[in-house]
Amino acid sequence: MLQGKQSWFFESPPVIQGYASVVGPEEGKGPLAGDFDRIHDDMRLGQKSWELAERQFLEQAVNKAIEKAGADKSQITFYVGGDLMNQITSTSFAARTVGIPYLGVFGACSTAMESVAVAAQLVSSGAAKQAIAATCSHNSTAEKQFRYPTEYGSQKPPTAQYTVTGGGAAVIGSSGKGPRVVRATIGKIVDMGIKDPFNMGAAMAPAAVDTIVQHLQDFALAPSYYDMIVTGDLAQIGHSIARDLLAERQIAIDQTVFADCGLLIFDREKQQVQAGGSGCGCCATVTFGHLLNRMSRGKLKRILVIATGALLSPLSYQQGESIPCVAHAVAFEAEGGSQ
Amino acid sequence: MAGQPTPSQKKYQELANSKEPPRGIVRNSIIAFVVGGLICTLGEVLRKLFIAWGFTEKTAGDPTVAVLILLSCILTGCGVYDKFAQWAGAGTAVPVTGFANSICSAAMEHRSEGLVYGVGGNMFKVAGAVIVFGTVAAFFIGILHGLFHMGG
Repeated sequence: MLQGKQSWFFESPPVIQGYASVVGPEEGKGPLAGDFDRIHDDMRLGQKSWELAERQFLEQAVNKAIEKAGADKSQITFYVGGDLMNQITSTSFAARTVGIPYLGVFGACSTAMESVAVAAQLVSSGAAKQAIAATCSHNSTAEKQFRYPTEYGSQKPPTAQYTVTGGGAAVIGSSGKGPRVVRATIGKIVDMGIKDPFNMGAAMAPAAVDTIVQHLQDFALAPSYYDMIVTGDLAQIGHSIARDLLAERQIAIDQTVFADCGLLIFDREKQQVQAGGSGCGCCATVTFGHLLNRMSRGKLKRILVIATGALLSPLSYQQGESIPCVAHAVAFEAEGGSQ
Repeated sequence: MAGQPTPSQKKYQELANSKEPPRGIVRNSIIAFVVGGLICTLGEVLRKLFIAWGFTEKTAGDPTVAVLILLSCILTGCGVYDKFAQWAGAGTAVPVTGFANSICSAAMEHRSEGLVYGVGGNMFKVAGAVIVFGTVAAFFIGILHGLFHMGG
């Protein structure tokens, strides 16, 4: 049901029946290693290309989520997902293997929550019995498509971010045990004129803040309602800017734990990831690993996840265009969390 | 969004700039100077060796460059060069080793798209611009050189 200006409230909240995350070696060396379902030592997974490897990460996450949900693949109505590759090939090709009716969505890294919001809406409205939301990214495919060849020796500035290698998936159904999807806010495009593709955190921070403020306004909630408000991949610079912007808008963000998936997934002191993690896989693996695990263990009752996306292409920045950004928020609550 | 930034965009960009960590120009320059210098010293040692092995002052340059290119390509193939370059910066980018790395890494990256369109078509993806502008610059310097000699 539409609530406020641009938010959905799910009266009969859809349930995350199963979720899974599969990651690469660098993520496995990070502080969240214990929360992932599977950690691969090899970024290539024995495949012929990086693109095939990325698809593998996604397929494994999808299959694991279905297995953990105890679901029957043939009974799942829709598959909703996207990724960072041109024409979202990783997702579309994985959907070919999975064989579930498929809706491809794209919002760069914000796809992680965009797909959850769409899938939850389908289930909540009765348009689907069960739906899967899944996204992925791969460090080497992203480097290849957006930056330089992976082995090219260019020095990255401290504002750059490290694209997470991994896939995250969730099976969403109308009933059962598990965290609930209670609210969602669809973000609008915000462009503050940042042009540097090596400073995506700064480009995306205003979009994240816009969506957070709108979400709290649409539901008349204070930040303290949530145990944790987590952005997708703002990393160190974007996170610090977002804090400042929220303070400027008089949002009492200090009343809750304000975190960022890109900062949670890596140890920036020990790992060479510059400002932190990024990519669809960053928000997806941290949410469908660490965050929902903590919720299942009873450590978190209510969280708001805001996936942030930089909607640039390699052509658009070479042509001198600024980076339009978007952020989508989804609120998860533990069983009985809203009572 | 073409055109001039709006006042709110300008204000935001100032905030974003203030949050950017400094790039450590002094540190980067010193490392680049030392690493670049060491690579060139290695080149000089190789050149002296080749002269000792019977090459002349003029011909020793070719095998020296070939050995440096080979070393750079092997390190690129082993996945070491990019990690070293993140630390060394311009120190590894400027000498001939950086040029070899740019060609080798692009060729490796696009091997999955086949030998012709993949390797052949993308090998000079990064190095191409250097070759084009290097040749253009050489052309103009050549003309100046010619004029200078005609005058003198």
